[in-house]
Parts: sequence; structure tokens; C-alpha cells
Amino acid sequence: MKATFKVYRFTPETDREPHYDTYTINAEPNERILDCLNKIRWQQDPTLSFRMSCAHGICGSDGLTINSQSALACQKLVKDYDYTKEILVEPLRYFCVVKDLIVDLKPFFERIKSITPQTPLSQVTVEPEKERIQTPEERSRFDDALKCILCACCYGACPVMTEQDEGFVGPAAVLREQRYIYDSRTTDAKERLEILKKPHGVWACKSYYMCTLVCPKNIKVTEAILRTKNKIITEQPKQDATGES
Amino acid sequence: MIHEYDVVVIGGGIAGLYTALTASENAKVAVISKVHVTRSHSVAAQGGIAASLGNEEEDHWEWHMYDTVKGSDFLADQHAVEVLAQEAPNAIYTLEHMGVPFSRNAQGKIEQRRFGGHTRNFGEAPIKRACYASDRTGRAIMDTLYDRCLQKGVVFHNEVFIQHLLFALNSCCGAAGYDLATTEPQVFHAKAVVLATGGCGKIYKTTSNGFASTGDGFALALDALLSLEDMEFVQFHPTGIYGLGILISEAARAEGGVLRNGLGERFMERYAPTLKDLAPRDIVSRAVLNEIGEGKGVEGKDYVYLDLRELGRERLNQKLPEITSLIKTYLGIDPSETQVPVAPTCHYMMGGIPTDAEGHVLADKSGTVLPGLYAAGECACVSVHGANRLGCNSLIDLVVFGRRTGLSIFNEIKARLVHPLPVQAESLVLDKINSLLESHGTERTAGLREALQCLMTEECSVFRNGKTLEDALGQVHQLKKRLLNVGLTNKSRVFNYELQEALELGNMLRVAEVIVYSALQRQESRGAHFRSDYPQRNDEEWLKHTFVNETPTGLKETYKPVAAGRFAPEKRRY
Ligand SMILES: Cc1cc2nc3c(=O)[nH]c(=O)nc-3n(C[C@H](O)[C@H](O)[C@H](O)COP(=O)(O)OP(=O)(O)OC[C@H]3O[C@@H](n4cnc5c(N)ncnc54)[C@H](O)[C@@H]3O)c2cc1C
Repeated sequence: MKATFKVYRFTPETDREPHYDTYTINAEPNERILDCLNKIRWQQDPTLSFRMSCAHGICGSDGLTINSQSALACQKLVKDYDYTKEILVEPLRYFCVVKDLIVDLKPFFERIKSITPQTPLSQVTVEPEKERIQTPEERSRFDDALKCILCACCYGACPVMTEQDEGFVGPAAVLREQRYIYDSRTTDAKERLEILKKPHGVWACKSYYMCTLVCPKNIKVTEAILRTKNKIITEQPKQDATGES
Repeated sequence: MIHEYDVVVIGGGIAGLYTALTASENAKVAVISKVHVTRSHSVAAQGGIAASLGNEEEDHWEWHMYDTVKGSDFLADQHAVEVLAQEAPNAIYTLEHMGVPFSRNAQGKIEQRRFGGHTRNFGEAPIKRACYASDRTGRAIMDTLYDRCLQKGVVFHNEVFIQHLLFALNSCCGAAGYDLATTEPQVFHAKAVVLATGGCGKIYKTTSNGFASTGDGFALALDALLSLEDMEFVQFHPTGIYGLGILISEAARAEGGVLRNGLGERFMERYAPTLKDLAPRDIVSRAVLNEIGEGKGVEGKDYVYLDLRELGRERLNQKLPEITSLIKTYLGIDPSETQVPVAPTCHYMMGGIPTDAEGHVLADKSGTVLPGLYAAGECACVSVHGANRLGCNSLIDLVVFGRRTGLSIFNEIKARLVHPLPVQAESLVLDKINSLLESHGTERTAGLREALQCLMTEECSVFRNGKTLEDALGQVHQLKKRLLNVGLTNKSRVFNYELQEALELGNMLRVAEVIVYSALQRQESRGAHFRSDYPQRNDEEWLKHTFVNETPTGLKETYKPVAAGRFAPEKRRY
């Protein structure tokens, strides 16, 4: 069968404005959108650029906006969309476009870094004798956060980031803190909560649930953010809990 | 642009990050990766990481060592395997203390499960030796190491594609490549350079590997006139999703899944009466293809079934959530109700850049160390996996030998001199890029690559023979010639993947040639290398490592004896 893709194009060296190119290829309903983009690139137009790596939804390279919603191109199949019509493929929102479907993810990874406390670590050249004990129940408290693959789909979908607070640390960053804050082994949980209390931190979230809706790993992102807000409120003195004093 | 560091690590998978983290204790370290580091293919590792912790049942490092040596079909170097098995438990504890979120058993200890070829008491029965974080073990380790590297101040150069190693006075003093975003040359000047570039599954049509697994590190070593060791040993994992090659981890069989042929028979009972579905991968892959060859594939086609129905929905969701969702997404079926079509998929390179157990790259088979150059991970050959790697033994190899490589650098860096950079470093990179961008060649990368992938799959995979290998070698030579006439449609200097893929294809072809050549020379069957014209293992003549390097007159081979140890070669029965 045939499928038609309308693809966002922008080459900084030659284009002032982005435009769209339309490609029709042979595709099966079970094929990945990523396979289709590769067919376009390998058979029709080698000038098209997009990122990819594992091609099965674990590395997080190919977050795009497909029919106006953030998604991984390798995790969505043609049949997930109405392929009797054109399928619209655009870069992730919020970020600056570098070329075609490639965005500049520096703001994303800088934020992931910004939530990491810069406390000196113990020497890793010294080896411990035994593991620390953690019950399966304790371990399960942060299991959902471990699914995050840093694809940035949630940033592209978040109305706070795209419309209200450009500096919001973002859903993925708050989520990543969960894996430490709720880990019974963590020693710097307090410090991490402090970081999230800062302006543009967790309180910038307005619970639109768009992150949860688009998350390719089905993580309950909004719930995780609410849990963190709740922890801050319940565990810290009232007046400074929101970080606004 | 020229960057100055003490150490540059090429590759940001688990091997690269672990080495970087260890070396960063006393040195300024940079990690370079052609994909963003967190996209390195180590994140795809699913099932687990092996160590004889004995958390579920009695275990000993000697048992782990025996299984690894026997799994390698006695080609592994036993002093290296001893190091691996002995240091594995502490390596796991170190990961745990860094924060890796391992799954836990009822006592709160790291939970362990069975895995292919890992046994109790020297082969008696399967043992629970694989530590894991559900079926996201690679991701869990990578995320932890990435965060630790950030805290240690390791610098990342993401989306930089390395093209050359740089040498001065016979010592490695840096690397050069270009920034994918700008095509600007990037030169890295350092006292120590580490290759941690992973494997090359992409030279086959069906593979569990990602797009970045194109064997660049192997080609960099060949460029440096180094030999590659044991490249004929390519692992095919028996359970790739049919048609796609996406991996379904051995953990699926460890948790109770079984393979069935088209008649519904549990055929592994016939091939490996003791370990059955948990026999090592070389044996299971051959068994699958045997069944298919005898017309016992499903509906006479070229696949069999992985039956996970016994596990039930709850156990699948708890123990194998990622795999369950992969099956649902790509096949549209629920594995708790429907059997999964699977076939062997190219998975892992046992061979690679020869190193000692300290991560030093060896310049020749007599063990001369090449100053300044180190290698770790899948691209290195220590050799702990010999002719066939056991499941879960790669991740532990990355961590144990990543750490040892990092420690070597830690100990040696202060005494190492800064060698001057070769003056032409930037132009080396630019000349090649410019000539490609300006070429009016008529060949296209995509077509040549597909031809290579089909060729390797048809003539140099699970079963090989002299005739097809001869033919394959001739065809690889043809493809190499055709690549000289490659042209690019895309002239942009911003994220030009046509350019990148043309350069990668050059590397893939060189590595493929070494694989085919090595396979052609080895006239016996051992581990993953099965010659239908020489179906027996021949210890008298072939208990030795293959070393192949490029010379002006073509590839040349030499051999190095296997380091014997406590386990004498025996017939491999499972
Ligand atoms: C699907 C899958 C599941 C697996 N599951 C398991 C398991 O459960 N247990 C187990 O033990 N093993 C498993 N393995 C094997 C194991 O994961 C790999 O062997 C291992 O992760 C390789 O790690 P690495 O650090 O050597 O390389 P990789 O993780 O492959 O990283 C290579 C790095 O090198 C970089 N690079 C390469 N070339 C260049 C260049 N020219 N310039 C710049 N950078 C470059 C890449 O960008 C990347 O950062 C699995 C493998 C696969 C494919």
C-alpha cells in the first residue's frame, strides 16, 4: 500500500523559513514510522535529517511531533495513524530546530544536569564488600521513574514549557529526581528537594497531564510531580515550602 | 577546534562511562560519542549482569569461571576469565553503591535469575546468577553512570564522530573527528585514549544492535595497523522478533518461556537435555535453524515460536515489562495468550581489539603494549568470551574491564608525557569529508550497505562453509571498490547523515572483510563459528586465537596460543 508523509524541512544554510515536503512511499500498516522516514531518506531524499539509534523505544533518540503529538518514530506504527490521509511529521515542539526534524536538545540535558547535586562523591576506586539492603516494596516506590528514557517528548507536549514558563525545569527532570528522592539508599534527598523548590522548579507544573498523555513509556509523570509537591509540603516547614519566601 | 584533556574515551556506553568515571578520580576526562551518550546501545541491554553473589542459591566464582570457559568453547584466555569471575561480585556491589536500582528479593538482597549456560557445580543444572533491574538492566546502569559522571565533572562531546586516532613517537596522543551538527573538525589531544565503541551488528540484515553499531572502533584499530582478534566469532541470539531482529532477552526463557517448533515440540530437549532452552546461544541458534532446515519451522517458514504463555500476565508484567510491551507494540499480540515468532538475530562480537586484562591495547600477538591506547567493552577482546559469549557476561565484562582500564589510566597517567599532536590532524578529517561532499560518484551508500547486509546474512552467519566464504570475500572486495565511486546528494554540513553513513559503510566493509577472512581461515567448528565443511572442533590445530591485520597486499593472519588454565578442554555437552 501507499502512505504519504508531510515532513517539516529546514536547512539553515539555505532556508530562511521552514517548509514542508510531501513524500509518498510503499509502506505496510505494521511498519514503524521510523522505517518510513528511512525509506524516504534512503530511496528518495538523502537530504532529510532526523536522529535515530536503537529503533525500538529504549534509547530516546527519535522523539518527534507526529500528527501534532509528541511520539517516538520507532514506537509508532503506520496503523497507529489514519494513513488514508497524509501523516504530518514535525520536530519536537519547544526546542529550536537545527535542521529538519532535529532540534537542539541542550536545554533539555542542561536541565537534567541542573537537578543533579554537585556534592563530591565517595571514591569509586574503593570497592564495597556487600550490597545495601532494600526491600522489594522500597524498590517499587521509584520503579515508574526508572522507565524514563530522556526522549524529551514531555517537553514538547508541556503547555507550561511552550506557553507559560520557558524556564520550567520540565517534567522529565522532576521525574528523574524521583528515582533518587524515593530511593531508600539516597543520602542527598533533602538537597534534591531543595533544588526542585527553586523558581521554575516543581511548582511551575500546572498539571495539564500532557506529559502523561504522550509519554512513550507510559510513565505517570504528572502523578509523580504531584507526589513530589506533596512531599515538599508535608516534610518541610510551611512558610518556605513553595520556595517563594 | 583542538581540545585538551588528560584522557579521551571514544564511546559512551557502559564500558566508556565506567572507564571515564574511574579515570576521572585524578584526571581531566572527556567522553566522545557519535550519538548522545544516553542513546548508546548499552541502554538496550535487557536481561541481566552475571556475578556469583549466591543471593538465591549457593554459587562460587569458580563455577562462573567454568561456565564461561566452557561456553567459550575453550577459546577464552583463562587468566582473564578468572579475573572476570572473581571480580564480578564486587563489581556488582560497587554498582549498587553508586545507586543502580537492582531488583530485590524477599530478603532485600539483589535478586538473581537463571540465564543461558550458567550452571551450578560445573554443569549440573541452571543456576540463578544474573542480577538485573527488571528487563531494563542496561538502561538502569547507564542512567546511574551518566549521573555519576556528571557529578564527577566528566565532559561530554556528544554527536562527534571520530575518524582517526592520532599518534606521535609510536604513542597514541589523541583522536580526530567532526561535529555532526556543523561538520567542523574536532581534534582531541590527550595522554590516554580509550576505545569503547561497541560492536558492529549493523553489517547484518537482521540484528539486535542499533544504528550506531557499525564497528568504527575496529576500523580505527586497523588504521593504526593493529590486528583484530577472533573476528570470525559472531554471536547470533536465538530469539530476535521475527522479521525485525529486535531482541527478546534470554531472561524470557529464564523466567519459564520455551521454544517450540512448528509441530509444537519443545525441541531444545533434544539438543541440550540438561539445560534445554537455557543452553548457550550458539547451540540454541543452530538448533533453531536446524529445525527450520528440516521443515519444522512454523508453517514451514523460517521462524519458530517462543512460548511465554506459561508465565501468565502478572509475571510477564512484573519480570519482563519492557519485552512484553515490545511484543505488543511491534507484533500486536499479548504474549500471555499468543506465542511469539522468533528467529536468530546478529547480536554480539566475541572478537575485537586485542587487550590485556588491564585494558592496554596490544600491538602484536606477543603482547607488546601500544602506549597511550586502551580499549574496553564489546570492541575489545581480552579474551573472556572466546568463541561464544554467555548471556549476562557482556555487561559484567564492561564493568570489570572498564574499571580495570580506568584504574590502569589512573595509575599511569601522571607518568605519561604529553606528546605533540601531528600537525595535519584537522586536515586529515576535512580532506576526507570534502572529497566525499564533492564527489560526483554514481554509487549510493544505501544500496551498497543493503548489499553488504544481505551478503553477510546469507554467506557468513550461523552456518558457514569454505565455498560461500570465498564467494563472500570476493563480493566484499567488489563492494569496497564500488564504495570508492560513492557520491552524495546531500551537500549540507549540518547533520548530514548521508555523509556519516558513507563513512560508516567504509568501516563496515573493512570489518566485514576481516570477519569473512578470519572465518575462511579457521577450518574447524568452535562456538559460534560453525563450518559445515569442518563440523568438528579441532583442538590440536585450532586451539588458538586468530589475529588479522591489513597490509598493502591484503589481509594477513597470524595465531596466538590460548592461555590455558584450570579447565582443560572437554566436549561441550549441556
Ligand atoms: C538488545 C540487546 C540486549 C542486550 N542484553 C544484554 C544483557 O542483558 N546482558 C549482557 O551482559 N549483555 C547484553 N547485551 C550486550 C551488551 O549490551 C553490549 O555488548 C554492550 O552494551 C556494549 O557496550 P559498549 O559500552 O562496549 O558499547 P555501546 O554501548 O554499544 O556504546 C558504543 C559507544 O561508542 C560510540 N561510538 C562508536 N563509534 C564511534 C565513533 N566513530 N565516534 C564517536 N563515538 C563512537 C557510540 O556512540 C556509543 O556511545 C545486549 C545487547 C543488545 C543489543
